Amino acid sequence: MIKYASDDLVVSAAPHVRTRLRVPLVMWVVSATLLPAIAWAGYVFGPWVLVVTAAAVLAAVVTELAITLLLRRPQTVSDGSAFLTGLLVACNMPATGWGVLPLYVPVVASIFAIAVAKHAFGGLGQNWINPALAGRIFVFFAWLPAMTGGWAGSPAFDVVSSATPLNLLKFQSGMMQDGLQAGSQAVLGMRLAPSHGDLFLGLTPGCIGEISAAALLLGGLILILLRIVNWEIPLTYIASTALFSWIFGGLAMTGQAPSFFTGDPLYHVLSGGLMLGAFYMATDWVTTPVSFGGRIVFALGCGILTVLIRLTGSNVEGVSFAIVLMNITVPLIERMFVPRRFGTSEGRAA
Amino acid sequence: MHPRDIGLDTMSSPIRNAFLPHYLYIPLQQHIGSPAEAVVAPGDVVSRGDVIGKASGYVSVNIHTPLPGKVIAVQDHVTATADRVPTVVIEVEGRFSLKGQVSRQTDAWKSLSRDEIISRMKEHGLVGMGGATFPMHVKYSVPADKKITTLLVNAVECEPFLSADNRLVIEHGEDLVTGIEIALKALGVNRAIIGFEADMPEAVARMRGLVANRSNIEVLVFPVKYPQGAEKQLVKAATGLEVPSGGLPLDIGVVVSNAGSLVALKEAVVDNKPLFERIVTVTGDAVEKPGNYKIAIGTRVADVLAEVGLKKKPARIIIGGPMMGLAQYSDQVPVTKGTSGILVLSARRAAVYRHRPCVRCGKCMTVCPMGLVPLLLVSRVELGMDDEAKKHGLLDCIECGCCSAVCPSERHLSQAIKLGKLRHVAKKREAAGD
Ligand code: SF4
Ligand code: SF4
Repeated sequence: MIKYASDDLVVSAAPHVRTRLRVPLVMWVVSATLLPAIAWAGYVFGPWVLVVTAAAVLAAVVTELAITLLLRRPQTVSDGSAFLTGLLVACNMPATGWGVLPLYVPVVASIFAIAVAKHAFGGLGQNWINPALAGRIFVFFAWLPAMTGGWAGSPAFDVVSSATPLNLLKFQSGMMQDGLQAGSQAVLGMRLAPSHGDLFLGLTPGCIGEISAAALLLGGLILILLRIVNWEIPLTYIASTALFSWIFGGLAMTGQAPSFFTGDPLYHVLSGGLMLGAFYMATDWVTTPVSFGGRIVFALGCGILTVLIRLTGSNVEGVSFAIVLMNITVPLIERMFVPRRFGTSEGRAA
Repeated sequence: MHPRDIGLDTMSSPIRNAFLPHYLYIPLQQHIGSPAEAVVAPGDVVSRGDVIGKASGYVSVNIHTPLPGKVIAVQDHVTATADRVPTVVIEVEGRFSLKGQVSRQTDAWKSLSRDEIISRMKEHGLVGMGGATFPMHVKYSVPADKKITTLLVNAVECEPFLSADNRLVIEHGEDLVTGIEIALKALGVNRAIIGFEADMPEAVARMRGLVANRSNIEVLVFPVKYPQGAEKQLVKAATGLEVPSGGLPLDIGVVVSNAGSLVALKEAVVDNKPLFERIVTVTGDAVEKPGNYKIAIGTRVADVLAEVGLKKKPARIIIGGPMMGLAQYSDQVPVTKGTSGILVLSARRAAVYRHRPCVRCGKCMTVCPMGLVPLLLVSRVELGMDDEAKKHGLLDCIECGCCSAVCPSERHLSQAIKLGKLRHVAKKREAAGD
């Protein structure tokens, strides 16, 4: 018989046993599932990708540490959320050849993400906007050429260079309105947009974390199985993007008469960071609705806005703008989906 | 919520008769309502089954001694729910025979009237044994304006880890059926539903066999889900009806009794045996011989642990189950009529949780069986906005603990909600000038 004293007994309120799926574990697991996509980008586009990633992560973690020290908030670096934000910022940086993307871009994006988007609103759980996307959009406008001009060709593969696939799709359709990618026109005569297979495998230019749909799909599925990420947002987001791009995509192509139901849904789904957005950005717990119904509405909104932005405005930013815009609407959506309280008729079904 | 989600497995082992303790600490309050009054004094010699505390008032029941011995004190003592409760301390001595305990099956009770059955409940100290310990005779004295249609028998374990009801049905199935018939007579209704969970196939098969030729007793099996055994959830599963917010099952014509209570009813009415012992699941990773034990009421936890043995140093001793049980600061608390389990966890299993900020994952809301939004309720309680919290269902919370159990931020959700409810009660008392 083991001896013990009353002092050994800890008194606490029930429940006494809880889930092992706690925030730090969640953050580290999500981070881990991103690594294959980043590693793939590193392999395809060369080691600068990894340097950019390291810079973004380091900047995020150091910023988090500095702010928690300065504001005397509890130290939160070990919960992994800053690391993950840094990783997501990196995923949103263009994959370029050695030295092309200046390192201050990811660093500033990470600092902005952590300091402004997250901590200015009260830290983890209080921010209304996805920090990594906030960082991306900030540097996108601050350094347009760096963010859009330097899409890399791959030393390892014969990867189409200088324009992202979506831009190419748009060029082909003769709809280029913004002069942003003027430099890319040179490629047009020589290359067609990459094939679906290239998109799926990541043999295309793009952002670090968005180029390989396959790797992202795998990571996303793991997260869904672990119940870290819900299934309703990615599914709705991807399905609605496919649907709307199929319906309206044809209107933006001029190789043919504008007509409905002639778009290329697979192309839209596999490119432009939709996978990254659907599995990793639009599912961020903090900045998305908590209810099932709310998530469906949110994801539907993301899908509609993504297609709208892609077809009428900036191609590469469709996903990030759509998600951020929907982030803003979350409190409104939330109000529509209050669960019905047991034994009452108050509230709506969640 | 499935118990697996938080890493809980259920287990089940046969009921074993426990040992005799040297001392009994029998609290005079083991039920909801007013405490019984001691009718013994130090020096008195008592024998098994004697009344030692007499019900005081309507919502109160008698208290009996499970073992013969000498009263050595009537004093305050700690219980699982309160610091100081008047308690009869008995030094166990003398002889008694277990033979008197053998259960019988006779029909003699059928000549009893409803009122006689109900007064037997009070005399023999019957209370709800699922944990609520509400005096049975009060529950079964249904107000004239309520029409009861159904007796719902709760054979679903109230919590993960606990398996006493499962074993009870397997080993005392006949007693349960007789208990149900007695309860039906007491209520004057003719329809009973026994609710099981899908992970109790042996008990289900046993009960199906026993009621095969009875058209008035129905066996239903529900999916494994915590809190399936909670009263309102069980009523919903069995009848499809929701108990209105702030109401009782009575309001929709249902009386719910736990299987253990009905076996006790049978023993009280047929065998003339008061409620002075019960089956307790003793388990947890620190326990050497976990299992279901029949334990004399008044046996202190320390004596139970000495008997079942410890293989790890206990960090938490919990009366009840892992989800709703009460952690104790002392192993001197006695087993009472409401003790369904004793859970002893080592430090490894019972972590200290740290209430991080909410990350809005929505899991608490998804699991809440009452359709509440714990993340919002809690922020209101924390801000002291109790009225606002009440509007959003504070008082509907059944304190099942699901929300806290699934929260990745380890937030003390059910705990904060409980605090808000306590504050509400305190305020009401104040307003009433108490
Ligand atoms: S403890 Fe209360 S709020 Fe939490 S899940 Fe249970 S009923 Fe809902
Ligand atoms: S489970 Fe915890 S972290 Fe998730 S929404 Fe509820 S309170 Fe917030």
